[in-house]
Amino acid sequence: MHPLSHRACSLKIFFFLFLSFFLFYAGPTHAGENTTRFEEGLSLLLHKDFKLKGKGIQQIADSGEKHSEQLLQALLEGGLYRVKKDNTLVYAAIDGSKASITAVLDGRDLGIAKKRKLKKITINNTLRTKLKGVLAAIDLNNPDPEIRLAAVNKLITTPTMDSSALLEKLLQTEPDDNVRLALTTAMAIISLRSPDSEQKLAALAVLRGSLNPAVRNELNSLIAREQNQEVRKKAESVLTAIESKIAFYALVEKIFFGLSLGSVLVLAAIGLAITFGVIGVINMAHGELIMLGAYTTYVLQQMMPGSISLALFLAIPAAFIVSGLAGIIIERSVIRFLYGRPLETLLATFGISLILQQAVRSVFSPLNRSVATPAWMSGSLQINPILSLTTNRLTIFVFALLVFAGLYLILKKSSIGLQVRAVSQNRAMARAMGIRAARVDALTFGLGSGIAGIAGVALSQLTNVGPNLGQAYIIDSFMVVVFGGVGNLWGTLIGGLSLGVANKFFEPWAGAVLAKILILVFIILFIQKRPQGLFPQKGRAAG
Amino acid sequence: MIIIQYLKDDRGGAFMLGLLVLTTIVIPVCNLLVPESSGLHISTYTMTLMGKYLCYALLAMAVDLVWGYLGILSLGHGAFFALGGYAMGMYLMRQIGSRGVYGDPILPDFMVFLNWQLLPWFWHGFDWFWFAMLMVVLVPGLLALVFGWLAFRSRVTGVYLSIITQALTYALLLAFFRNEMGFGGNNGLTDFKDILGFSLQADSTRAGLFIASGLALGLGYLSCLYITRSRLGKLCTAIRDQEDRARFIGYRVENVKLWIFTFSAMLAGVAGALYVPQVGIINPGEFSPLASIEIVIWVAVGGRATLYGAVAGALMVNYAKSYLTAAMPDAWLFALGALFVLVTLLLPRGVTGLLRKKEVTQ
Repeated sequence: MHPLSHRACSLKIFFFLFLSFFLFYAGPTHAGENTTRFEEGLSLLLHKDFKLKGKGIQQIADSGEKHSEQLLQALLEGGLYRVKKDNTLVYAAIDGSKASITAVLDGRDLGIAKKRKLKKITINNTLRTKLKGVLAAIDLNNPDPEIRLAAVNKLITTPTMDSSALLEKLLQTEPDDNVRLALTTAMAIISLRSPDSEQKLAALAVLRGSLNPAVRNELNSLIAREQNQEVRKKAESVLTAIESKIAFYALVEKIFFGLSLGSVLVLAAIGLAITFGVIGVINMAHGELIMLGAYTTYVLQQMMPGSISLALFLAIPAAFIVSGLAGIIIERSVIRFLYGRPLETLLATFGISLILQQAVRSVFSPLNRSVATPAWMSGSLQINPILSLTTNRLTIFVFALLVFAGLYLILKKSSIGLQVRAVSQNRAMARAMGIRAARVDALTFGLGSGIAGIAGVALSQLTNVGPNLGQAYIIDSFMVVVFGGVGNLWGTLIGGLSLGVANKFFEPWAGAVLAKILILVFIILFIQKRPQGLFPQKGRAAG
Repeated sequence: MIIIQYLKDDRGGAFMLGLLVLTTIVIPVCNLLVPESSGLHISTYTMTLMGKYLCYALLAMAVDLVWGYLGILSLGHGAFFALGGYAMGMYLMRQIGSRGVYGDPILPDFMVFLNWQLLPWFWHGFDWFWFAMLMVVLVPGLLALVFGWLAFRSRVTGVYLSIITQALTYALLLAFFRNEMGFGGNNGLTDFKDILGFSLQADSTRAGLFIASGLALGLGYLSCLYITRSRLGKLCTAIRDQEDRARFIGYRVENVKLWIFTFSAMLAGVAGALYVPQVGIINPGEFSPLASIEIVIWVAVGGRATLYGAVAGALMVNYAKSYLTAAMPDAWLFALGALFVLVTLLLPRGVTGLLRKKEVTQ
């Protein structure tokens, strides 16, 4: 940058500013000066000397021209060429001996050229590092804090002494807290490389507790090369602190995954807990009722492809009704003839499950259908660099708790709930009090089945919807019910969540399949010790 | 002589055994001695299919012994069947020797494929036929013994027991799907060449296996009949009908259950061992809960607590399955599902129950 030309330019700028104040047209103000700088930079790039090229890169970056980022990116990736004949710069995508080229300045398509007519603008490692820094710096001034944060994080991985001043300058103007934190982290990392021990110690104090992965690398290399005992000790303690913090968040994440799996289990099992616990009926078709719920979601989404979210919300009552009705039909047509014969009920409902599976296979084809997830449910909640919670799992966890609470309220507070509990505790007495036990049975079965349908809606957001969807969950659901204690909703909740968490804790140690086997074996052994489950029913109901 | 004495008041069983003896003689003769051009010739395919049915019948009988006479609805008998099958499959794999695709003299093909260097310890000994046959009964028997000891001792009964037997076979299904288990993973064991030096492709070997299956079924039937007629059998029925009362009288109910359950698992293992060389493959699919619950429906269709009923049920349902899966593949699951519902609702004593009712009214 020549001071002379600079002064000349300022005059020009003043003039233009003055003008634009009236014309509300600020476009070409900087453009005049910057375009020249940009073009100067471009011409420097054509030189063979890497030093000159470096100067050119700096010029281009400083110009603030809107093409500069694209240009430098292309240079970094080796997509920038010069035409041998007239020394113009072009972007080129090479395909065999041909290359399709576009103009650098206005992005015009220049058609296809022969590859040998072009010459690549080469760079060396020094320039590569410089380019990365310069590109990050461009993003560092972006108005979007997200992009700034990403740029700072990129810079952290390749810190250089000379970026320190730049960071300090940015820190003074930065409004966003997250970006400020990243900036101080980056500066501290740079200070760690300074020869001064005092500076290092101060930087270490800043870095304590930072979860940025680059910090860990930097600390490890510092510990390896540091001569000063005090600094090394401090660095070691900071590193241990960071590592224990990471371990803690890893634990939190594992628990979250476990709770998420557990909430799916609870959703699948809770309907079963009602039918099995309250009327003592083993419903092997329970998994298929879940599947019906999932297919209801699929059908509703097909019916209104424009509004996925609405379809999903409508699917909740719709699935409840579809599966609930199916349940009532099953109860009235088959199960009521088999009360008191649990093994026969098991076989008959298994037959129904086969029929339902095959029916779905015939109607919807045996292939898996995928149900769309609304935008607000995809993505994840980033808590810190280590911990992020996926939104759909979080939603389903909350949803499972809501369903549980709703069901609990129905059973404890409504009159039908009272009747259900009365019949389940003492059938003969309840009938003597005027409760129509047969009707209660049908409604209970319908309620349990309807909840299965709702579980299907939730499951459709996690996995593909297919005819075998239900089968995959039936054994797990039974395990949850049996583990938690038959006829006890709280048992199902605690049982499901703890089995989910246990599964996730076994997984890294034993692998997914083995973890599942271990859980099954554990439950088989558990039933030996406590056949009534975690929370056995007390009093006469236990009989 | 004793046998005839025994069958005097078991007309269904006598009829079944007679028929069994007849088919075990006639079918191999029609296959091997009658020329192919003759109308009486029975193809090897049919004979093998019949042999398969006989294995299923033996398996159904094993289930009937614990369900019909002891009231234990096992939804995991497929696991014992498959374990017996795997023991036989391992012997057959060792017989392949260096004739595999990779030609490794020691390791089976799938181990070479997985880049294993050594034969896992549990594969040792399966070169010997006697050892493999011992394992065919020992492995399912031991599993049943351990499982039953745990379950019956803590008085797990009814649907709970059914569900944990189902969980047992499900856990084994998952385990056998794993390549690391060393049983061929997803593909299982297959590509068998010969058994005891006889080629498995030869008609005579097939006939031999068919006769062996018939023999096993006959002997299995007689031994089950012996058990159910003995004092032990009476005790079984007592436990089935009034478990607590039997316990209060002073019988060790869990021991009775345990021995019958173990014996039944061993029978299932033998059925599996005879099944594998005839169908030529054993894979984890045999462990699937569906496979196990299908066995139960064979017994239910035939009629519980009549050993010959289980045999009849297995033959009928499997014949229907072979027919329907070929003719109308979609209809099979509908039919099977309907069978479950209708038999439990309308035919609690099974098909043989209908015949017996006629006997009584006559």
